[in-house]
Amino acid sequence: MITQSVLYVLTAGLLILIGFAAVTMKRNLIKILLGFVMINTGVHLLIVAMGFLPGRTAPIIDDASYLSAAGDLAAEARHFVDPIPHALVLTAIVIGVGVTALMLAYAVRLYAVHKTLDVREFGKMKW
Amino acid sequence: MRDFVAPVLLVLLAVVLWRVAPFDTPENLGHVARYYLDHGIQDNRAANIVTAVIVNYRGLDTLGEVAVLFLSVSGAVFVLRRREGIVLEPARPASEIVTTAARLLFGPIVLFGAYIFSHGHLTPGGGFQGGAIVASGVMLLLLTERDRPMPHAAMTWVETWSGFLYVVAGLVGLALAGSFLANQGVLPLGAWNTLFSSGLIPVIYVLVGFKVGAELAALLDTMVHAGEVPDAEVEEGA
Repeated sequence: MITQSVLYVLTAGLLILIGFAAVTMKRNLIKILLGFVMINTGVHLLIVAMGFLPGRTAPIIDDASYLSAAGDLAAEARHFVDPIPHALVLTAIVIGVGVTALMLAYAVRLYAVHKTLDVREFGKMKW
Repeated sequence: MRDFVAPVLLVLLAVVLWRVAPFDTPENLGHVARYYLDHGIQDNRAANIVTAVIVNYRGLDTLGEVAVLFLSVSGAVFVLRRREGIVLEPARPASEIVTTAARLLFGPIVLFGAYIFSHGHLTPGGGFQGGAIVASGVMLLLLTERDRPMPHAAMTWVETWSGFLYVVAGLVGLALAGSFLANQGVLPLGAWNTLFSSGLIPVIYVLVGFKVGAELAALLDTMVHAGEVPDAEVEEGA
């Protein structure tokens, strides 16, 4: 029986594997960087899937019906998924953007120096 | 030899992922998540619990994350500053439609980004997302006219001061409420689910929005202009 959360975990694993395959087997630097981005996305999806609970919604309490009946401004926890993975992934996405920019900048520099993006060529030019 | 190693490693990774994958979802929330949901609104009056976690409960981590983003962006800019060997094709002017539409849309896009980062404690979104939207508006302008002069001094100024004020907001919490980046006891918390509520959270998220927007816009500008000698250096050389 494939439930929603199993589907998320499988997709995340598939993304990580495809990304790892690109990183280890491709020769073009840009494709390797895309592999890293796919690993990044897969890990994000995996972390979000770990906090997922079926039938629940995002922890944004914008309606009084989500508050507990006691009137002490506590949210009814049974309506909501885990907020911690969301917070972790939100920060991780932004870091991912910055790191991708840094990787691309290095790719531009390497192309400017070696006039190629083939990683095998970089290995030959050791000093 | 290498062509065999990579597939073997891939299969091993697949096996490891299969063994450690969290296939059985828990029936209920963990203790920490329960605490955030039970006490999040009382502690911070923020309707968005994720924002409460990021800006208040894990505020120090977010400050570190802003620093990591600054580090990676400044690293990218530093690497792209060395220009020898990079050849750019001459910029082609964009068509009339693209130029007009970009000019028309820039204001609404920046306004939407400001809405996202000022409503981070009420709706999905926040400083990082709003900043990224503002930077996307800047990218639209750069797409239409690559050599558009950018207010670099103003962008650096915004970035510096928003980062500095974030730390100041944390220190105010330390002075008034006894812990770095504390929220209770600094500003009035206000009523739940209203714009002027949740104490320092919207203030910090607006600062983060300014910082991320200015940082990403500067990064885009450097990427677009990689390989060109800045005007200042041309003047110095002449």
